[in-house]
Amino acid sequence: MTGADVLLVALGALAVGAGALVVTTKHLVRAGLYLVVCLGALAGLYLVLTAELVAWVQVLIYVGAVVVLLLFAVMLTRAPIGASDDLDRPGWPAALVGGGSGLGLAVLLVDAYRWTRVDLPEAGTAERLGSAVFGSWVLPFELLSILLLAALVGAIVISRPEIGRRP
Amino acid sequence: MRPVVPYVTAALLFGLGVYGVLRRRNAVLVLMAVELMLNAVNLVLVTTDTTVRATLPHGGQVFALFVIVLAAAEIGVGLAIVLQLYRLRATVAVDAIPLAGADGSPAPADPEPTTAGADEVVQA
Repeated sequence: MTGADVLLVALGALAVGAGALVVTTKHLVRAGLYLVVCLGALAGLYLVLTAELVAWVQVLIYVGAVVVLLLFAVMLTRAPIGASDDLDRPGWPAALVGGGSGLGLAVLLVDAYRWTRVDLPEAGTAERLGSAVFGSWVLPFELLSILLLAALVGAIVISRPEIGRRP
Repeated sequence: MRPVVPYVTAALLFGLGVYGVLRRRNAVLVLMAVELMLNAVNLVLVTTDTTVRATLPHGGQVFALFVIVLAAAEIGVGLAIVLQLYRLRATVAVDAIPLAGADGSPAPADPEPTTAGADEVVQA
């Protein structure tokens, strides 16, 4: 095992552990903070995998924007401070389906890749990814800009206060 | 670099996300679990980009960027829906939302004054 492998195992264990706490904790605000740890560990994994630009975009958009939005939503829905007992539905189907899909995918990928070893490619810097986005993937990029505009307008329309008021 | 390590991490994160979506009652926590699943997919894309030599270089990382943008749009619209739900019903529990017609009765229909008025005009 090389140094990159040790880093991958450590960051992966951190991400999975924090993700498990996100879906099991009884505190709403702590779930958001564990999500920060999980997404930060994933950004570290991207750095080890030489995806520099994706790692920094992950830190900017996920840790910076999405988690802040989620914490705003937690506060705006008047989440109680402290542990709350009514966060979970009872029952084993969730554990069965979730564990089954996760372990099944893990077994599938382990069987496909075994303990093979690949060399890390050249780093995905902003220059190389920029030339890829604006060279080969221009049409999906423009479609995504239209989708972002539609999502913006949709969020504003949904948030209008007169929705649901009976005439 | 052993590609099996990040692949197994991504598979376990996806399983945790599925578990969270099915188990949680709070809609905000359901959205957090959806984020876990999207991040697992991103990790698979980035790992594949380093493992497989494709014709177009860095296609996997470009798609990871696209998925991040999609997740940002999803979380914006999803949280707008959750906040509107909280304003209307004062709860964000996903199993406390009555679906229209779930109890056998149809969804409340609007009265139709225009057609009735048109019939009277025709009869007059």
